[in-house]
Amino acid sequence: MDALSPEAMLTFYRRLYPFKSVYGWLNHDHMPTRLWTHREFAFTLAGDVYVRYKSYNNSDELKADVCKLNPSRFEIGPVYSARPRDKKTLRTLTPMQRELVFDIDMTDYDEIRTCCADANICKKCWKWISAAVKVLDQAIREQYGYEQLLWVYSGRRGIHLWISDAEALELTDQQRKAVVGWMNAVSPAVEGTKRPNIRTSTRSLPPPLAAAREILLPYFSDIVLEEQDCFGSEEGYEKLLDFIPDKKIADALKKKWSADPHKPSSSKWIDLKNEVKALEKHQRPPLMAAMEDIVLHYTYPRIDAEVSKHRNHLLKAPFCVHPKTGRVCVPVDPRGIDSFDPEKVPTIAQLLGELDALIPVDGQENQPESDVQRTSLAPYVELLDKYSTSLMDLKRRQKQDPDVLSW
Amino acid sequence: MFKSSERKPFQQDSVTYQGSSSSHLQYPHRLNFYDKPPLFDVAIEEFETCALDRLRVLAEIESSAARNRTWEESTLAVRTQCDKHLVMKPNSSKYDDLDEQRRKDHLSHFVLRLAFCRSEDLRRRYVKAESTLFRMRYEDDAHADREAFLNSRDFNCLPVPADEKAKYHTELSSLYFAPSKNEAERKAAFEREKYFKVKWTRVPDLVEKRRVFLNRGWAYVPSQEQSSIIFQEFESRLEKALEMTARLLPRLDEDTRLIPILNNLSQGFIAGSSSDWMGENGDNANGEELKAEMIDDMSKRHFPMCMKTLHDRLQRDNHLKHFGRLQYGLFLKVLGLSVEEAIVFWRKSFSRITDDKFNKEYRYNIRHTYGLEGKRANYPAKNCLQVMAPGAQEYGCPYKTYNPDNLQSALLSTYSHLGLKAADLPDIMQLVGAHSYHTACTRVFEVTHGSCGVKKGDGLNGEHVTHPNQYAAHSRELYKAAAGGGSSEDMVVVTS
Repeated sequence: MDALSPEAMLTFYRRLYPFKSVYGWLNHDHMPTRLWTHREFAFTLAGDVYVRYKSYNNSDELKADVCKLNPSRFEIGPVYSARPRDKKTLRTLTPMQRELVFDIDMTDYDEIRTCCADANICKKCWKWISAAVKVLDQAIREQYGYEQLLWVYSGRRGIHLWISDAEALELTDQQRKAVVGWMNAVSPAVEGTKRPNIRTSTRSLPPPLAAAREILLPYFSDIVLEEQDCFGSEEGYEKLLDFIPDKKIADALKKKWSADPHKPSSSKWIDLKNEVKALEKHQRPPLMAAMEDIVLHYTYPRIDAEVSKHRNHLLKAPFCVHPKTGRVCVPVDPRGIDSFDPEKVPTIAQLLGELDALIPVDGQENQPESDVQRTSLAPYVELLDKYSTSLMDLKRRQKQDPDVLSW
Repeated sequence: MFKSSERKPFQQDSVTYQGSSSSHLQYPHRLNFYDKPPLFDVAIEEFETCALDRLRVLAEIESSAARNRTWEESTLAVRTQCDKHLVMKPNSSKYDDLDEQRRKDHLSHFVLRLAFCRSEDLRRRYVKAESTLFRMRYEDDAHADREAFLNSRDFNCLPVPADEKAKYHTELSSLYFAPSKNEAERKAAFEREKYFKVKWTRVPDLVEKRRVFLNRGWAYVPSQEQSSIIFQEFESRLEKALEMTARLLPRLDEDTRLIPILNNLSQGFIAGSSSDWMGENGDNANGEELKAEMIDDMSKRHFPMCMKTLHDRLQRDNHLKHFGRLQYGLFLKVLGLSVEEAIVFWRKSFSRITDDKFNKEYRYNIRHTYGLEGKRANYPAKNCLQVMAPGAQEYGCPYKTYNPDNLQSALLSTYSHLGLKAADLPDIMQLVGAHSYHTACTRVFEVTHGSCGVKKGDGLNGEHVTHPNQYAAHSRELYKAAAGGGSSEDMVVVTS
């Protein structure tokens, strides 16, 4: 069977896609609530036909519709004030709740990565994503106190984060914009912003960025200096020199490096450090700040701001198959992010092959739940199941003992 | 909304001459969060007049915002308006009846709430204007007064105890913004500063700019940023209150006294208050009589777009329909055209009909316009709002009725000899797109009178256009002044 043919997708949806797990994660409960029944789903059908405002009463209805229409992918939207499928009979439909989501895409790192370009991704450049996941995960937990975080591989070259805490679900667009502003320190798409606007007048890094810097320093030497060798080319080190506020030092380094342009980045970095050490103590702070800026610019998470800002943004559902790579968008445990290898994520071809090889157990004729458990998709489904169980437990506990301190 | 059991008559004995101690006042603070509605009896006139006064102030705030004035300029402009219509003196002022002023402020706020809760657009604009007013007053307040006000109301901010502050010392001090550059002074100021904990969702603007320390969802806000929390709180409370009012408004259960006033008020918000221009007799700013021959020349230089289009159409077709004649005729009357000259003018414009026909069908109506026939009512010229009222496309406000492309070409052909360039159009079209027609017209005025020294933001003596005659009169005045007192008709306009 051809990997991404409609037949393959249909088999995938019928026998492998964990509808019940996804339902548990979105609904926070066994019995359907508004979080499910008023939730928008959007399907991408063959021929790039895009169908919005679909909603369902339970997970079986979703499965039936997906199997009937066989979309190449489908996306999840917000919980509205009414059932989205009744849209034509309603006067207004306003988004009420939505998980706080973040999208990190490798293309935003294109200007600094040297190993791959465009749509390609490998274990080496994935490290940037690991760094981003670590920073973001810790920052969200520590600073916002959110605990219900789900990281999902986007299927090709990025990762999504879904935050399901009760407060996060209720955030308004203005508040989401505030979170994005707080999170953003690097704007790669804007021309001419070489220096991230991160400091206040007191010149030290604000607390969230100082905390991030601690996590990122080892990644900086590993990725930027060693593996990617970002400053190894003339173009690379010119960009580096742009960051240095002191013209004398910049010129001195430029002269030194133009004599040996392909000197490894790690030794160029040592050259820079030596120049700074040679200065008087009181002259050092702006250069040390510049060095911090460089570290951040080259390693800090680059998120897609538009995805997070609006409640009605539609984001691809977990466990969908990426049409170009055939890989499944599996959830990822942030604690194991360093050992995650995007090239080892199960593909649909691989999974269907595994299904074919299954010896049917007596008495259990092709039951989806048991089938999945015998394929390589199993650990990922288990991850989601465990997570949704914890969400349901949390909700049950909160109903019994509502949180008093809510302002 | 107003519990009848709680109503009480307001004390009429005035309380004054008490210096800074304000505890005897019913309104001890100048600032007001408007938590409780006024619970006293009010006469209908006062209901309307105090609301109109507040409306003037809010209209000024809106027009300053529409013109992108700086904060200082806007505050100054608003303060002038306030001093004229809605005086609010601080507690330190000894000779003012503070309670009376504050009562008016309190009452007018709630009347306007009723008037503007109806549609989402009105609500949004009202909240924005009121929040800006609150902010201006807050910043204007003396430090002690502000402290007293803040202490009087619970804002749900948890004070941060000293040990917690010490725990996060590095993080907090790295964000602390002190006015002095001296390290030692900065440190000392930081030690003195009191911190408050609030849920971060209450200060999204501070979080967005990373100006506060966040921990487990709590934002640590220094008291210098406390104002941000206050403003946010004010805005969100007002929004919620307005929505509630809108829902309860149908239960008001009366039609004849209050509803017309409320309707009038919400209309006024749309085009500013133009009561100054309902003049019945023409002002002769020139001192010399306006003759029929002068109209054409004047139309090229001093007329707003609406009147210019009418004039052009009249000259082109030698005819104008009834409403067009009414609108234009009244305008000319207030401009200073006497009834005899008016008859001459219209006769010449209606050149294709015979004398007889003219006398039979049009002369009477022209005289009627001047109050010389029929019930002898001397009608005032229509203001912008009335001009904009729904009707056919030939009359009315071109900024409103023309589609954008036609409007742009019309503006260029009409005003380019006065200095309107294509570069000015995007600005104007943006205002039109935002339905701010009178501001668009004001902008055109500013551009075409640049040679008389009018700069962007000046408007017509600081106000925006609310009446076609206002436009024309100001235009003539400016030209007269620029010509050094000579007749405005002798001026040669320099085209660029």
